[in-house]
Amino acid sequence: MLLVPCPNCGPRNAADLTYRGESHPRPDPGTATKHEWRTYLYLRDNPSGWLRESWYCSSGCRTHFQIERHTLTGEIRTPPLPGSKTAGGT
Amino acid sequence: MARRTRPAKYSAFGLVRRGITKQSWPRVWREPDWKSAYDVVIIGGGVHGLATAYYLAANHGITNVAVVDKAYLGSGGSGRNTAIVRSNYLTPEGVAFYDRSLTLYNSMSIDLNLNVMFSERGHMTLAHTDSALRTMNWRAEVNKLQGIDSSVIAPREIKKLAPSLDVSPDTRYPILGALYHPPGGTIRHDAVVWGYARGADAHGVDLHQKTEVLDILCEGGEGPDGKGPGGRVTGVRTSRGDITAPIVVNCTAGWASTIAGMAGVRLPITTHPLQAAVTEPVKMFLPTVVVSGSLHVYVSQTDRGELVFGASVDPVATYNMGGTLEFTEELAGHVLELMPGLSKMRLLRQWAGLCDMTPDYSPVMGPTPVDGFFVDVGWGTYGFKAGPVSGEQMAACVATNRTPELIEPFALSRFTDGALVGEKGAAAVGH
Repeated sequence: MLLVPCPNCGPRNAADLTYRGESHPRPDPGTATKHEWRTYLYLRDNPSGWLRESWYCSSGCRTHFQIERHTLTGEIRTPPLPGSKTAGGT
Repeated sequence: MARRTRPAKYSAFGLVRRGITKQSWPRVWREPDWKSAYDVVIIGGGVHGLATAYYLAANHGITNVAVVDKAYLGSGGSGRNTAIVRSNYLTPEGVAFYDRSLTLYNSMSIDLNLNVMFSERGHMTLAHTDSALRTMNWRAEVNKLQGIDSSVIAPREIKKLAPSLDVSPDTRYPILGALYHPPGGTIRHDAVVWGYARGADAHGVDLHQKTEVLDILCEGGEGPDGKGPGGRVTGVRTSRGDITAPIVVNCTAGWASTIAGMAGVRLPITTHPLQAAVTEPVKMFLPTVVVSGSLHVYVSQTDRGELVFGASVDPVATYNMGGTLEFTEELAGHVLELMPGLSKMRLLRQWAGLCDMTPDYSPVMGPTPVDGFFVDVGWGTYGFKAGPVSGEQMAACVATNRTPELIEPFALSRFTDGALVGEKGAAAVGH
């Protein structure tokens, strides 16, 4: 079982949450070329290692949040929230 | 030295002779010496990689080929699937492709002189809702148009084919009908791998096991170290040393993204485990393969009498092949809804294999933006069924440097051109 830390509800079984997949910044729909848009829609890094991904707490607080998970070991680390002082450039 | 092009023959006479004299059987494939240059290097020693190597040698005479695998042959998805074959797909592209695969499976025991235990026992996909029944009718019509034996049958006929199924209207998910596909069935998946390995070896292909690919060497590309679009492949770096090769084929299923990443190619693939389980062996009672999309389960009985179950892929992308309790609980519940008589049966073991899922449930085959780097990946949950035809078509693609018609719809460029295939409706189970 994978325990995923929801920022509001605490650690929950992954089966109680909805997996939203790899997280990438969305291109601007107004200016994105077809190529950029389709790259965003379809292409994935799918690493065997650390992956930044989105989850949705569908049966709890209904928050979308991001974590970093190691896809081989299942280890989880929470990245700094966007806008916080420790947030990185990307 | 002249190379033998046919492996030593297996025969009933040989079996008796070795049985009486207790002679040991000879090694089935060589442990080849290390060479630092090949015409083609195939990464991944599963059914796809080995079939590609075999057909390169058998159909095109290209024998200076190496297959490298980080573990042993057939240790990935080829040995972890539920060994079901069928061709009742939904899109015309898919139907044509998988039907060719079924034809090759049909004659494989003779072609490879190894009993692959193909059992043409029929394949039944149950419908529990009106919408599922509608999709079954659609699939049956697409199939018939291409000359494939496939039709929708009523609960009465289902009961005749598989008497253990509960077809009463009082169940939670009543069975309304089924798509019946008589040419489908099961096969011994290990034997398929061994047959191709043996055939390829006899043609002179070198099979390097326990050889992990660490990097793909490129030149001229726009990325770092000459990788990425516009470049070309010059070889691979492995745990046993470098190999120079102008052509590298990626047949690594669940690990497809990590291998393609080494050449600077991004793929539309995420890796999800698919779990399966097997029960204790019992007397034969289930003559066909039974699939239920709504209940997320497929089940068949092996020649040894065990029931083999599979389900849908796990929702979370991971390279971890551990099992989960959710899978066992759901599987047991759903199987009992279909066949209440099995409640006393014991599950013996459970395992998982890695599936390389694409957004349109169709594979990615053919050349990539890196010259000389080919992919045969993105098989998701259909990989084993497609092994022979993929090998045949990829071999043709590599040998002639032209994309054969049968795999044209599955090019990597379809994702940037917006021409997806859309095979999700034919998935054996919902995803």
